[in-house]
Amino acid sequence: MAVQNIIKVAARRREATLGFWERVYIFEVVRGLWITTEHFVGNLYYHILKLFGIIKVHPLTPTIQYPEEQRTLAPRLRTLHRLVRREDGSPRCVACMMCETVCPALCIKIVAAEGDKPQIEKRPKSFDIDMGRCIFCGYCVEACPEDAIRMDTGILDIAAYSREGMVLDIDTLLSLQPAQRRTDKEVDELQRRLLQ
Amino acid sequence: MGSATVKLTIDGREVEVPSGTRVIEAAKKLGIEIPHYCYHPALSIAGSCRMCLVEIEKFPKPAISCHTVAADGMVVHTDSGVAKQARAAMLEFLLANHPLDCPICDQAGECKLQQYYMTVGQYDSALLDNKVKKSKAKIIGPHVMLDSERCILCSRCVRFTDEISKSHELGIFNRGDHSELSNYPGMSLDNPYSGNVVDICPVGALTDRDFRFKVRVWYLDSAPSICHGCARGCNIRVDYLTRRLHHNDGKRIARFKPRFNPEVNGHWICDAGRYSYKTLEDEDRLYNPRVTDGNGDNPGWNAITGRIADALSSHISEYGVGSVAVIASASMTNEEMWAARQLFYDGLKIEKIAWRIPPGPDDIDDDLLIRADKNANTFGAEQIFGPMTHAADVQQVLDKIAEGKIKAWIVLDRDLSPAFGEEKIRKLTGGLKFSLYAGSHLHATSRSCRFLLPTAVFTEKEGTITNFSGRVQYFPLVVPPLGDALPMLEALSRLSAALKLEPISTDPGAVFTALAGDIAHFKGTSYAELIKRWAPISKIPS
Ligand code: SF4
Ligand code: SF4
Ligand code: SF4
Ligand code: SF4
Ligand code: FES
Repeated sequence: MAVQNIIKVAARRREATLGFWERVYIFEVVRGLWITTEHFVGNLYYHILKLFGIIKVHPLTPTIQYPEEQRTLAPRLRTLHRLVRREDGSPRCVACMMCETVCPALCIKIVAAEGDKPQIEKRPKSFDIDMGRCIFCGYCVEACPEDAIRMDTGILDIAAYSREGMVLDIDTLLSLQPAQRRTDKEVDELQRRLLQ
Repeated sequence: MGSATVKLTIDGREVEVPSGTRVIEAAKKLGIEIPHYCYHPALSIAGSCRMCLVEIEKFPKPAISCHTVAADGMVVHTDSGVAKQARAAMLEFLLANHPLDCPICDQAGECKLQQYYMTVGQYDSALLDNKVKKSKAKIIGPHVMLDSERCILCSRCVRFTDEISKSHELGIFNRGDHSELSNYPGMSLDNPYSGNVVDICPVGALTDRDFRFKVRVWYLDSAPSICHGCARGCNIRVDYLTRRLHHNDGKRIARFKPRFNPEVNGHWICDAGRYSYKTLEDEDRLYNPRVTDGNGDNPGWNAITGRIADALSSHISEYGVGSVAVIASASMTNEEMWAARQLFYDGLKIEKIAWRIPPGPDDIDDDLLIRADKNANTFGAEQIFGPMTHAADVQQVLDKIAEGKIKAWIVLDRDLSPAFGEEKIRKLTGGLKFSLYAGSHLHATSRSCRFLLPTAVFTEKEGTITNFSGRVQYFPLVVPPLGDALPMLEALSRLSAALKLEPISTDPGAVFTALAGDIAHFKGTSYAELIKRWAPISKIPS
């Protein structure tokens, strides 16, 4: 039922928006070809200018020449996890298993142990995140009562040659650093580009 | 006045209870849980936590339902504004100095503070003062850890050690917000029932050192079962893990907890039974069929039962059936005993079926639960193997082996070395022409046998056992057997098939029916009835 309704509504919309020239079809094809050609010629022109350092920003297409060029990430974007350390360098995580429990992809595996210092009662002996399964929902960060896990490393290109290689252990997670803080100007620039 | 029952109204519903019943119990009868901490049906009433406050009409102020005796015509409101407000305020008091370290608290997930906070708590605390600091993670006994900050001073544990274990190790010291639970100087909470204080502690103040940080309780499933630690047959709840096996050291069974059954164990179990779960999945489990001399690592069930049948038949034709003895464990289920009797006595005509080993000098009956007899089903063994008492005592069999009259034995799930000494067993078995062990573990006895068949432990099979008083109790399968192990019934059935004897059913229910038709003690009992007679895992906590 619902699907049929959607189809009906879509059909009505289509009729409402297609004007006479559009329905004639042939002119639309020509217009499409014109757009393609315009971009092709424009890109060729601007890329050559850019190649020789005559311009910095390509005004026509936003293609980013990855990996030489990296996209500026939004400050709140969820990227690869890291485990936060206390001032003395030990993990902040207390192995409460909140993140493991909430994780919908079941990719966190923690083994708890007795704390190794008198003021730390419980600590994670091992803490594995299987990045091959993670769906970047950020629930683990939300659930953590200790602010011990964050997704702010700015790392998104996570790859490995095996499934096991996608599993990050506690030492790796503790060694990761937060992404460089962006200046206000950078954020402004970023917003301008995103809103374009 | 003086009548046997009283009628009262709770939340608009009438209920009739025996006179003398407390309001909290009357409400329980209606399925209404009144929040409470210090009240426990098996302990005296302390009235210290004030969590169970209810509104009773014509009473000037809220009254504690754990101490107020139900009276005729009483009208109780457990859910009125007055009652709710009283409870929320009490909870706020209890939390005033509470550390709220739920993230590292083992009780989290089964904590009454958490539960009642969610249901009746006052969410905005008006308290601004700093919390009082007390000792944390203090070891007060071999099994129990105390966190004084989390303690709500309900005194359940103190009353337990005073009234049930009668060992008096615990007390509450100091005054006011410096009151603190502790063991008496020079005493450690070390009695055979010490683990029970962990169960009755409504919060995470007393936690189990053994279970500590192994696994979060919400990953566990529960199943009812019967402890096999001694002849009492205490009703237990098995908490086990089926997913996330990186917790609990990769073991499935995480802990045993008591399951209330007024006719057997009440609310308690002993520590020996509580920690007996550890042997269920230890490194000494036997996973595969084995032949200990030469070419025989894991030949598989079919091959090994064939070889056993050949070896046993040729032994019997050479030395006669009189040279064979069966040593059965008195912890096997009734059904397994019946199958063993069918196979060895009726089928192979082996007359020496021994099972009795007298308790050691340190094993004594106490006046709470513990029985000297450490076998779960001696009563059943007496009923089932009883008619063939040619050699009920294992000692007799050992003597006959020493004399050279017995040249073969079949040991069913029993280690004889603790009772008779490792050396002796090894020496005796060395002289045997044929030796078969069917059981769950590797130990001195099984290692010295030629053929080894792996069988399931009690959490991996279902069946019935009979406790020392003759009560037949059913227990279900909780987790599947490890490795290639099979339930003993199935092992015996396969052996019987390889020996081309009368088939033995692998269905405990069918075997029980056959057994009940023959043995007087079980007459008139049906398997279905036993299943139904389980004391369920209670919905309303004590
Ligand atoms: S981001 Fe989501 S899927 Fe990934 S580890 Fe956290 S909770 Fe699991
Ligand atoms: S929620 Fe936070 S503190 Fe708890 S286990 Fe996960 S990272 Fe550690
Ligand atoms: S006792 Fe309950 S409320 Fe207190 S820390 Fe433990 S789980 Fe949390
Ligand atoms: S330790 Fe637990 S049982 Fe004992 S008084 Fe404190 S809260 Fe009650
Ligand atoms: S005062 Fe009634 S349960 Fe504690």
